[in-house]
Amino acid sequence: MTQLRKVKLILEDGTTFEGKSFGYEKSVAGEVVFYTAMTGYPESLTDPSYTGQILVSTFPLIGNYGVPSDSKEQGLYEFYESDKIHISGLIVSDYSFEYSHWNAIKSLGDWLKENKVPGLFGIDTRALTKIIRVKGSLLGKIEFEDEVIDFYDPNQENLVAIASTDKVEVYGNGEHRVVLVDCGVKYNIIRCLLDRNATVIVVPWDYDFSGEDFDGIFLSNGPGDPALCDATVENIRKTMAVEKPIMGICLGNQLLARAAGAETYKLKFGHRSHNQPVLLQGTDRCFITSQNHGFAVDTKTLPEDWEPLFTNVNDQTNEGIRHKTKPFFSTQFHPEAASGPVDTEFLFDDFIQNVVEYKRTKKK
Amino acid sequence: MIDKNIKKVIVLGSGALKIGEAGEFDYSGSQALKALKEENIETILINPNIATIQTSTDIADRIYFLPVTPFFVEQVIIKEKPDGILLAFGGQTALNCGVALFRNGILEKYNVKVLGTPVQSIIDTEDREIFSGKLAEIDVLTPRSIACLNMEEAFAAVKIVGYPIIIRAAYTLGGLGSGFCANDEELESLASKAFTYSPQILVEESIKGWKEVEYEVVRDRFNNCITVCNMENFDPLGIHTGESIVVAPSQTLSNSEYHKLRALAIKIIRHIGIVGECNVQYALDPHSEDYRVIEVNARLSRSSALASKATGYPLAFVAAKLGLGYGLHQLNNQVTKVTTAAFEPALDYIVCKIPRWDLNKFSGVSKNLGSSMKSVGEIMSIGRSFEEAIQKGIRMVGIGMHGFVANKEEITIEQIDEELIHPTDRRIFAIAEAFNKGYSVDEIYEKTKIDRWFLQKLQNIHVTKNKLEEVNSLQSLDDSLLLQAKKEGYSDFQIARLVLKSSNKEINGDLMKVREWRKSKNILPSVKQIDTLAGEYPAQTNYLYLTYNGNEHDIEFPRDNKSVIVLGSGAYRIGSSVEFDWCSVNAITTIHKENYRSIMINYNPETVSTDYDTCDRLYFDELTFERVMDIVDLEVPKGVVLSMGGQIPNNLAMKLHRQNVPILGTSPLNIDRAEDRKKFSSLCDTLGIDQPRWSELTTIEDIYTFVDEVGFPVLIRPSYVLSGAAMNVVSNRDQLEHFLNLAANVSKEHPVVVSEFIEQAKEIEIDAVAKNGEVVAYAISEHVEFAGVHSGDATIVFPPQKLYVETIRRIKKIAKQIAKELNITGPFNMQLLAKDNDIKVIECNLRASRSFPFVSKVMKYNLIEIATQVMLDAPFQSPDKSLFELDYVGVKAPQFSFARLLNADPVLGVDMSSTGEVGCIGENFYEAILKSMLSVGYTIPKKNILISSGPARSKVELIQSAKLLSERGFNLFATGGTQTFLSDNGIESTRVYWPDETDKHPNTLELIKEKKIDLVINIPKDHTSREISNGYTIRRSAIDYSIPLITNARVASAFIYAFCKYKIEDLSIKSWDEYKD
Repeated sequence: MTQLRKVKLILEDGTTFEGKSFGYEKSVAGEVVFYTAMTGYPESLTDPSYTGQILVSTFPLIGNYGVPSDSKEQGLYEFYESDKIHISGLIVSDYSFEYSHWNAIKSLGDWLKENKVPGLFGIDTRALTKIIRVKGSLLGKIEFEDEVIDFYDPNQENLVAIASTDKVEVYGNGEHRVVLVDCGVKYNIIRCLLDRNATVIVVPWDYDFSGEDFDGIFLSNGPGDPALCDATVENIRKTMAVEKPIMGICLGNQLLARAAGAETYKLKFGHRSHNQPVLLQGTDRCFITSQNHGFAVDTKTLPEDWEPLFTNVNDQTNEGIRHKTKPFFSTQFHPEAASGPVDTEFLFDDFIQNVVEYKRTKKK
Repeated sequence: MIDKNIKKVIVLGSGALKIGEAGEFDYSGSQALKALKEENIETILINPNIATIQTSTDIADRIYFLPVTPFFVEQVIIKEKPDGILLAFGGQTALNCGVALFRNGILEKYNVKVLGTPVQSIIDTEDREIFSGKLAEIDVLTPRSIACLNMEEAFAAVKIVGYPIIIRAAYTLGGLGSGFCANDEELESLASKAFTYSPQILVEESIKGWKEVEYEVVRDRFNNCITVCNMENFDPLGIHTGESIVVAPSQTLSNSEYHKLRALAIKIIRHIGIVGECNVQYALDPHSEDYRVIEVNARLSRSSALASKATGYPLAFVAAKLGLGYGLHQLNNQVTKVTTAAFEPALDYIVCKIPRWDLNKFSGVSKNLGSSMKSVGEIMSIGRSFEEAIQKGIRMVGIGMHGFVANKEEITIEQIDEELIHPTDRRIFAIAEAFNKGYSVDEIYEKTKIDRWFLQKLQNIHVTKNKLEEVNSLQSLDDSLLLQAKKEGYSDFQIARLVLKSSNKEINGDLMKVREWRKSKNILPSVKQIDTLAGEYPAQTNYLYLTYNGNEHDIEFPRDNKSVIVLGSGAYRIGSSVEFDWCSVNAITTIHKENYRSIMINYNPETVSTDYDTCDRLYFDELTFERVMDIVDLEVPKGVVLSMGGQIPNNLAMKLHRQNVPILGTSPLNIDRAEDRKKFSSLCDTLGIDQPRWSELTTIEDIYTFVDEVGFPVLIRPSYVLSGAAMNVVSNRDQLEHFLNLAANVSKEHPVVVSEFIEQAKEIEIDAVAKNGEVVAYAISEHVEFAGVHSGDATIVFPPQKLYVETIRRIKKIAKQIAKELNITGPFNMQLLAKDNDIKVIECNLRASRSFPFVSKVMKYNLIEIATQVMLDAPFQSPDKSLFELDYVGVKAPQFSFARLLNADPVLGVDMSSTGEVGCIGENFYEAILKSMLSVGYTIPKKNILISSGPARSKVELIQSAKLLSERGFNLFATGGTQTFLSDNGIESTRVYWPDETDKHPNTLELIKEKKIDLVINIPKDHTSREISNGYTIRRSAIDYSIPLITNARVASAFIYAFCKYKIEDLSIKSWDEYKD
């Protein structure tokens, strides 16, 4: 093994951690966030919602099963959530230089290097997590000795514009035509729709899709502050008037809420995990969900004709909204999982059911 | 929200600890009782295991020390008229009993509601055919499997499934009667055995070599489901999960695999309709996402106890609440208190479970690991790297190993290959040796099918070992290498051995040098919390472990002289199990009551002492000198209690004392005077107390001279060993030489002693507490067996029924003298021999003993509480009653697990072989012993009894009881000598022939195989004999064909008198509190 370079992680409050590099050797800055999932680093690293963020894994052993193959199915990478790694940097406690899995083609370290993303190991990630928990998500930088850089706040920027596609793309050839507003979509959302006999028309975040031929709108997940996506909110408002079914996920939940007239705010340190319990409003049905968000919908600001759909059982934050009469709903969590538990995938069925219903009534 | 009609609930315990069913059910039962109590529900516990925490007054409202069998449970139901019953918290024993009660219509008859999982769901998971069918309904794959009711069907089935196959017996504990077969011959032998345990066996496709993964799943009545934990076996399929090293969470599964299996687990629990907890075991193809469901346990299990400890999620507690009707989201996370129980713990550490085997204690037993369980205990280690966790874990197992490397292990290449391919309890060390011999990860993988990831991590440890060996002094040891070694779980001992090349003599001094060196370099462990949410929410959790993969502590250390550390007892093993956990927990509770903060150190996931609710702080970590010192350095406690956890803490006494650690209770110097035979002997000489003559081994010649003087048989044993490892009685010179070699390997630090072995002597125990040398409380009990049967295997009576007042007086006097001389403060135990008016001391331990919970509960006076108060110098109340005033009798009987130990000779000797015990109370000795023996699996014979009565002495011993049996109309079958002897004494019996007299009939073996015998009494002629003999064949066959076996004449006689005196209906159904003195 070649000599590993020492690298520093410096937080905006001055706290410094020293680790060793196992990824690309480049200094980077961003927002430092932690996630507590125990599986799924290939999925998380390629999740566009992490754009601009330096990711801390609370689970200490990372890299164990390497990185899966880059095979494609229906034009999408089979095992990744987008076409590249979106995080700015990765912080772990114990990195596995050797990996073992039937589906792996390379090590996590090599993959990071290919994507020019730095990775640090040997960090007390629990100590780091506790700092973020107390102080909230904070800015930080991974700094190699010979490359001093400044802090950078990704939330000042419209990250959605960075993560979104720049052209309209069509996937599949199903009977339900769904426009998917790509604010940084995870492939598994597209897969979940394709699995349900949809044609998915992926459009850029600020694209005016009113001229398209479609049966439903899907608002994807994505990074950053929803307040910076006014263009999308405007387009949603326009489509709400037509009453075509809408479903949103994560940032999509926040954008739908804003389109409805509600407000969003930044959580102290967000939810980034596979174990968030959400309760379906008015029932005793509780689901374990996969989440990755730093902003949330303020339930109190929902207008009269809207109601919360799901609520987080741990901290009572909003986990989804729905229109009281129209086929519009969204969730703050990720029903498409990847990574994480798949218990709420049935919500895609609900959406498609709404589409079917819409098409039936339209025919009449 | 919950069913308010449920006001009184019966909880079934699991009885004595046995292989496959151990302390985990004390933990789960205690949790369930706590959950019920919180709802103000009256709790009735049936469990004869008197040494458990759950059978303590403040846990259950009423306790019945009775067998967990349909007959007794029905009697208790009639008497107590409960509204509900919990079946899922007492292992397979409780579940089987519950299913029987359901099938007999008893539960319906008395209108007792089964709380939690419905019995039908249990039946659906227990019957393999129904189970496979059920899962097929929801398209879940199980191994191709065909249920068979006889041998013909089995052979027909294999034609469909094809070899290799696995045979499984339905309705058995931990894989009893299961195994792999590659051909007709193996099938014949295994299947015929399996049919003796169960009327139904399964012939299944073999998926040996696949990954084995388990999920712990919870469901509430609202259909909400969570998986609390998944676990991955280090050992691939083919080795029973109870025999496997297991890690949590899984390490080699991708997200897709993890969640595929998780989703299936939820699908299964919903379909089966479990309300509470269940465990789903999978085989996962290492080359694809193909899987099979191997097993579903519709109850709390060993795995669920492990999962609870691994995550901090109290599965049993939550399962009990769900049984009452709560939803998951209506319950709190017990660790954070602010979040909900409806979540899945996120770990920020890895745990490693390693089984503890004691196969060396059994003669003839096969050491190969396979699909049935043989381990007697387990440990759980916690770290932030696999290397750290596994090295900690290997030390915790307590078999004298210091980690993955730096052990004194030398095996040849042939042995390595054999071990890798056909694993035994030493496989992990064979892997270490394989690396030493230059094997690659791939080569080891090919032979073991252990996932390469685990092997790569082990190789990291090996590589670091090589680096350390290249260094020759601490001064030349690079700080970063030292830190890396510590991060990989290296102990100071290992580093001393590798770097300083320390000899055994130097090592204790040298490891202190390593310790001082690394302290000077500020290379210190960090204390981390287990908080269920990986730090996401602040948690006031007191559940802690130490790691070198971190650089700050999660907690603060008040250092206010108000904390007391109690060292626990480590892995359950033969000789040390739940009794010491009872002692530890009672010490902790007392410390807390006396307004000190209680700090527990222990690492056994099967215990109540490692429940973070039990103490103020729990360090789930090693009980090594190094780790205890680390914690003492951080906590700076008022004192450390060593006397509750058996021999592991006791052995640390002098080492801690030398570092000026404040030890509460008797001074370590005096502990040493009792532990060191030479010092103790000269102490006895001074006091005029008699001991069997003995001598310390210095040269072989001296030993022979000594043996010539005292004559055979002699007892040989090393000092500082609990439960007599390597202790043996030898009857001739060859044996003597052989066993001296064995003993010398056990503990070189301490000499081997040879002592006179006195036959036909009564054995008596005294458990006592002293303060500043004055005895303040004591209990004397007697063994039913004569001396020579290990005290852990003996049937013990309290209060004693057949001792002379004079004997008791003299024993008290001896105890007082010794207490004074050693200035004892705290608990102590002595074992004595009484013969021909002579009393000799054979053992003295200045710590709590195995029998403390038994005597404490029978006399209703908690000796551990008083011992703890004494050690804290707190006020205490001396007992105001004499033990002669008890109007009832307690009998403690051993539980053996020979059925699981293939080929082991089920014979008793000076080395302990029982895995558990029960204690029952009766109006008199006979009632108590009958209840006890029924509790450990004996049944009252219906008609036919086979007797081979061994040596002349036991023939005489058995004559009266044989006469009684004959009078009561039992048919006696006797082997040659016994038949003649009975006949000479006017007792009629049928002559039967020895197993090797195959052409003569009736043959003993035939009778046993045809199950014509209800009880086998076989008294071995020479209890040191190791040869395969007719006696062995009879004993082993009795075990293999599930026929009750007694091998001791005095126990046989007592049992016969008892069942001739009492019919089962005559036994009193009285709860513990109804026995008043």
